[in-house]
Amino acid sequence: MNHYTKREDDFENRRKHLEQMTEKEVEARFWSLLDEIVDPLLALAKTHTTPSIERSVLLRMGFSSLEAKPMVEEAIRRNLIGHGVGHLVYYKAMQDGTAIREAGLAMLNGEGWEALEAHFSQEVA
Amino acid sequence: MKPSLMPNEKIDVRSILEDLENYRPKRRSWIWREKSDCQTYGPFQYQNMSSPLTNGIAQPAAGYFGNIDPQPENTITTEIASGRFEDDIRRMRMAAWHGADHIMVIRTAGQSHFDGLIEGTPQGIGGIPISRKQVRAHRKALDLIEEEVGRPINYHSYISGVAGPDIAVMLAEEGVNGAHQDPQYNVLYRNINMVRSFVDAAESKKVMTWAEMVQIDGAHNANATAREAWKVMPELMVQHGINALFSHKVGMPKANIALSTVPPTAAPAPCVRLDLPYAVALRDLFKAYKIRAQMNTKYITSSSREATVTHVMNMLISRLTSADIQSTITPDEGRNVPWHMYNIEACETAKQALSGMDGLMELVTLNREGVLGSEVRELKERAVLFLEEIIAVGGYFEAVEKGFFVDSGLYPERNGDGIGRRLDGGVGAGTVYKRHSDYMAPVTAHFGNNNIAQYDETKASTPSALIDGCTLEKPEKIIYIDELDPEDNVNKRLDESERYRQKETPTITPEVQWLGDGVVQVDLVLPTDARSAKYAAVYFGKQMNLQEVEVIHIEALHPSEGTRVQIKGVLKVDLKLSDLIIPETPEVYDDDTIRHIFEVNPVKIVAGTVGEDEHSVGLREVIDIKHGGIEKYGCDVTYLGTSVPIEKLVDAAIEINADVILASTIISHDDVHYKNMKRIHEYAIEKGVRNRFIICAGGTQVTPEIARKNGMDEGFGRYDRGVNVATFIAKTLTDAKEAHISERAVSGKEA
Repeated sequence: MNHYTKREDDFENRRKHLEQMTEKEVEARFWSLLDEIVDPLLALAKTHTTPSIERSVLLRMGFSSLEAKPMVEEAIRRNLIGHGVGHLVYYKAMQDGTAIREAGLAMLNGEGWEALEAHFSQEVA
Repeated sequence: MKPSLMPNEKIDVRSILEDLENYRPKRRSWIWREKSDCQTYGPFQYQNMSSPLTNGIAQPAAGYFGNIDPQPENTITTEIASGRFEDDIRRMRMAAWHGADHIMVIRTAGQSHFDGLIEGTPQGIGGIPISRKQVRAHRKALDLIEEEVGRPINYHSYISGVAGPDIAVMLAEEGVNGAHQDPQYNVLYRNINMVRSFVDAAESKKVMTWAEMVQIDGAHNANATAREAWKVMPELMVQHGINALFSHKVGMPKANIALSTVPPTAAPAPCVRLDLPYAVALRDLFKAYKIRAQMNTKYITSSSREATVTHVMNMLISRLTSADIQSTITPDEGRNVPWHMYNIEACETAKQALSGMDGLMELVTLNREGVLGSEVRELKERAVLFLEEIIAVGGYFEAVEKGFFVDSGLYPERNGDGIGRRLDGGVGAGTVYKRHSDYMAPVTAHFGNNNIAQYDETKASTPSALIDGCTLEKPEKIIYIDELDPEDNVNKRLDESERYRQKETPTITPEVQWLGDGVVQVDLVLPTDARSAKYAAVYFGKQMNLQEVEVIHIEALHPSEGTRVQIKGVLKVDLKLSDLIIPETPEVYDDDTIRHIFEVNPVKIVAGTVGEDEHSVGLREVIDIKHGGIEKYGCDVTYLGTSVPIEKLVDAAIEINADVILASTIISHDDVHYKNMKRIHEYAIEKGVRNRFIICAGGTQVTPEIARKNGMDEGFGRYDRGVNVATFIAKTLTDAKEAHISERAVSGKEA
């Protein structure tokens, strides 16, 4: 059982500070309050990622949905997702001197993850 | 060569599916209808019309106005939800012909919780699984259909659930033009973790921005969910605001952000009185944004008539305010997923209502001085107070945890029955990861911190340049998956209904949503109470050879005198079209031919509405020159008016030596119209003049067959006009003359 607030309509009391505002000012207040509410949500999104975001990056890099899913899962298991899974593929391709797709398919085969772990844990440190 | 559609040929669904792996959509981005320079249709001047279609079907009454088909400047949405995307293709084409240019194919139940893309073409429930193959096939079909109707068609899908960004990328790659995207929908109605939802949403919206999609939010769901829909109005503005501003700050232009808004209530509530202040307040606050005016579903029942009236009142609100997109709800949505004909009805209702109410705002102004102005102000203030309290409790997530949303109270009233979610709860909880300082994603349309410069400073603003372009620039990099399930796929489904697709020997059966489904709807009035009528209707359905009979609507005409019941059932009967005997299309002469015949054979006509019948419109249209009636061919018409006694009509014809008698007979109860015809015929015989006259009867309930059976030379129905009557007279006169000539020739020879 939740305990969410129950209360009578106290609009007349609550609105006292709005009463003297023009309608334009009320509208402006609506938007400035919204600013305050959505800005922290945007900041959160800028600095975080998710499995779905990483899969969407891999899709754009030319992998299928069936390939993207296990790659992201493996990156999570190895605690590497925070670097960007597309980043891991890009780095491996650069190191190996191969195409992006080739590097990703090798990772899908379980290849090169230890080297990635070694490299990226060092970066963080 | 690119195939194109021919109006007289069915779309070939199998050819749409062929070579899909290589198909690229013709374009991306949403296209709005525009107000046309041409605002004249037939005799009328309009204010708010867009360009006409090159191929379309006008509303039924257009026949009275030279078949004009004015197209409102509002984008018109239709929502299709059969669960089989291959059948939806045919319905999209029908809807486009009836004025839809925003096609939304509803997503199957349950896809929101599927963490990844669905591939292949499995069948859905109440919608379709959104997959690349499905989306590509639909866009490919619409690329053809939009050329056929001569207007761009926007295809719409869904970017919600735990796989939002995956889906957003796929839709962007496939040229989808619009999508639902609102993290609040995930949180409140799909119980997807709220942190995950907002982090994902930013990425999805960034991708949508690249693709120039129009976004529709999810606020309307609060209407459908709240116990008393008209009380959530302050919250609705808050929800619209959160999604709209969040999207805009991600980079989406305001002109591509549409608020999904529904008039919250419905009659018998005084809905226009309640809904209009809300509609005005919303449009005041969100001036730069677009409005997607949805129709009310909260109070829909199984009565399709009632739903249609509700929806027309919804469009009165649209006309009194604005609607960039006029969405439509099918009038059968209260009883089943939309059927073909109800999608068409809904599109026609929108077109009819919006063209019928064209120019309304030239005549009326909203009076903001009185109660409207004060209620608008009050709603805005209530929304502001809602936002203030969100901030007071610590922000959006805290407000959701405390059950602020979808509370049935008129805020700041709270009933404690809102939908609350926990920050660490829901599907996908614990799957949000902090980006490291070296986080990087070498792709276009990626939101947030992206440290490209660590590899190449010059590519910081074009991340995908690191990998020589991503799929958004180089679609050839997209990996296409055809089918994963060997049983549940479109090929198997097409095989099952293949006999209905044969072009050589076409076979048909009735359908409402899928080719070959055999479903029919039957309307019965049973002279008994509702309870027994319900079971009796099923009995009668079975007697009609229907299977799986179900009652879909029941409505008392009186507690004991009668009940109206609509049933559906499956009719397992196929028809080979080649076995069908179809009478020839009636011949219609062109105007010059008719004029010429009447010049050579001057025609005098006596006309009137017979019996106790005051209807005059139909006959006047057949006669009057200004309606294109037979007078324009140079006939001499004596119009006797309405309620003309049979005898008077025939006597007048004798007196002025007429050639033709036209009797209009509209009232049809107790078959009085046929009785009148018979009496005219018999009276003319009695007077010994039957052979002197061509006698015809016309009326909305008249059919040629029964008119002839009752002694008329011909009968004319609801769709016949002056030209049909004139053709018959002209043909009869020339035939008679030829017969007379050949008679004389024969008798001459004999002599």
